Amino acid sequence: MSRLLALICTALVALTACSGSSAQSGPKTLRMTVWTANEAHLKLLNEIASEYKASHPDVTEIKFDSIPADGYTTTLTTQIAGGNAPDLAWILEESAPDFVSSGALAPIKAKVEKADELVPSATKLWEKDGELYAYPFSTSPFGLFVNTDLVKDLPATWEQAVAASAGKNLVLPDFKYQNWAVLSAIWRGWGASAWSEDGRQCGFSSQEMKDAMTFVHKAIFTDKAIPGPGTTVDFFAGDAAMAVSQISRAGALKDAKFGWTLLPLPQGPKGDYAVIGQAGVGVLKRSKNAEAAADFLGFFTNAANSAKLAQFFPPVRQSLLNADTLAKSNPLIKPEQLQSVVIDGISKGVVKPSHQGQEELNQTIRAALDPLWKPDANVSQVLDGVCAKIKPLLERS
Amino acid sequence: MTFWTYRRRDNLVGYLFVAPALLGSLAFVLIPLGMVGWYSLNEWNVLGGTFEFIGIENYQQLLGDEKLRDSLVATAWFAAGLVVLNLSLALLLAVLLNQKLRGTTLFRTLFFSPVLVSLVAWTLVWQLMLQPEGSVNGLLGFFGIDGPNWLRGDTTAMVSVIVVQVIKNVGLNMVLFLAALQGVPAPLYEAAKIDGAGAWTRFRRITIPLISPTILLTSIITIVGSLQVFAQIAVLTQGGPGTSTTVLIYYLYQQAFQFHHFGYGATISVLLFVIVAALTLLQWQMRRKWVLHES
Repeated sequence: MSRLLALICTALVALTACSGSSAQSGPKTLRMTVWTANEAHLKLLNEIASEYKASHPDVTEIKFDSIPADGYTTTLTTQIAGGNAPDLAWILEESAPDFVSSGALAPIKAKVEKADELVPSATKLWEKDGELYAYPFSTSPFGLFVNTDLVKDLPATWEQAVAASAGKNLVLPDFKYQNWAVLSAIWRGWGASAWSEDGRQCGFSSQEMKDAMTFVHKAIFTDKAIPGPGTTVDFFAGDAAMAVSQISRAGALKDAKFGWTLLPLPQGPKGDYAVIGQAGVGVLKRSKNAEAAADFLGFFTNAANSAKLAQFFPPVRQSLLNADTLAKSNPLIKPEQLQSVVIDGISKGVVKPSHQGQEELNQTIRAALDPLWKPDANVSQVLDGVCAKIKPLLERS
Repeated sequence: MTFWTYRRRDNLVGYLFVAPALLGSLAFVLIPLGMVGWYSLNEWNVLGGTFEFIGIENYQQLLGDEKLRDSLVATAWFAAGLVVLNLSLALLLAVLLNQKLRGTTLFRTLFFSPVLVSLVAWTLVWQLMLQPEGSVNGLLGFFGIDGPNWLRGDTTAMVSVIVVQVIKNVGLNMVLFLAALQGVPAPLYEAAKIDGAGAWTRFRRITIPLISPTILLTSIITIVGSLQVFAQIAVLTQGGPGTSTTVLIYYLYQQAFQFHHFGYGATISVLLFVIVAALTLLQWQMRRKWVLHES
């Protein structure tokens, strides 16, 4: 019943404020929504929380609320709509523009320890008017995982990667012919982008994009390197020659029964490049404990805790971004790989495409790209079609 | 005269008995229904926390929305395919299983059992079976047929969703038809036989008219149910390929919960409500024409 009341409350007077956002005094509880349910991750998060509570007796509870990654943003926004917003939330890079521009998040720059040492390419997405609205706690470059039992000559270019994995599977684990943004890990090598820097011009019909997508199409249907639609092949079980994935996935290879290595993304016609996926953590402005939440965020992301988090989530602090520090928490990956994939990747990387109204763009582009995933597709025509569909969406914002 | 007359006391007891149900439907049906109407007149930005009255703007957007038109077409195809296939298959099975033959009980159980399976589990299993290398194509391959990639072809995706749904629910309509068939008095058939009517004529002239109330009931249930299909779409196709299986309720979900246009989502649900109400009303009116005993 209280949910319903809360809902009615939000509904009827979301405009005037039913309960207001007046700060609560007395004991406080904080809730942070996260998309990991990994035990090791939660253990570390809870350790950091316990430490904070020990020094802040007014905060009696810090709860990490695991929401499945699939549909995470939908669940989060539904909670917000229902008047049940968390105090802190992890935010996916693709939702960053929506959250940052909407004013849903509280400014946090003042609370962040040594904010000036954060790598600018990593904070860009989370800033507005010089203020920081979420802390990029995980900045994970894409790399090429190679099964060295199946591939002997390590590829340096995309042509070589596809040739070496023909018939042996080059997988993009998160793509599934739905999450097209993952393909940016390939098309950046051709210098293509989904849209212009200001987000108003569609990039899908550019010649670079057409060349890149022709290459991808050929890799799927002619070279039989990338598994076709509806086929699932698991690199981490040893069934594929290569996988384009984020470094944070390396943990899944702890007990791998095959030899593997991690390489930077292969070169495209435009040479070297890097693509990163990001996650930020922000404070919801509507939280009754926004002040305390921001304070905890400062603690959660300070240099000491960032170093601890670095074993799962690559950090953005200059002082931590050296192969020696990272090697301590990433025993599976060699220091030179950390240097070439993670450190170089973060500094020169381009974040996966994101835009205001991202989810609507996601679905529209997904639908418009569907005709591409057939053997006889007309690549150029399909890509022109994508631009025709998303032009009004890009121009709206 | 005291205040608590027998009549008043009886009334009070009566009201108390209906109170739980009434409160339930008030809290979970009527109030939300009213709120949906109110939301549809507002622009509700969930993230920004703004809630702004915009009058009929959402309804104007509804008129010019191309994607809505696509989803209405998809919904119509789905509903038509589902109703025709489901009702005819259910009636056929019911007639076959209404014979006094050995083993009919087993078959009745077999055809009814999918109704009892959890919808999402059912759909997930079918999703695996319909993969290009799945068991459906494996079976077709056995007969030398090269099966398509069911869930990724424009037509095959819609056909797949319909067939998965029909097999899931055909048992329910079958049981209803069976009950109706068993209520048809045997002497009527005997009389018809004596008059020289063949099997088809008996079916058309006796069976169909006498079970027409059940046909009306099942068609209302099935059509209304077809407009509510969601889990199957969400699991099997996510509305794709393209927008070929984005039915109205899936589009509503996308607008409200994925694109955060709660106000516009509410407007679409008002449209859905109107469509369901209109269809039910139409069928109810038509019953006089084609349901026996109703004219």
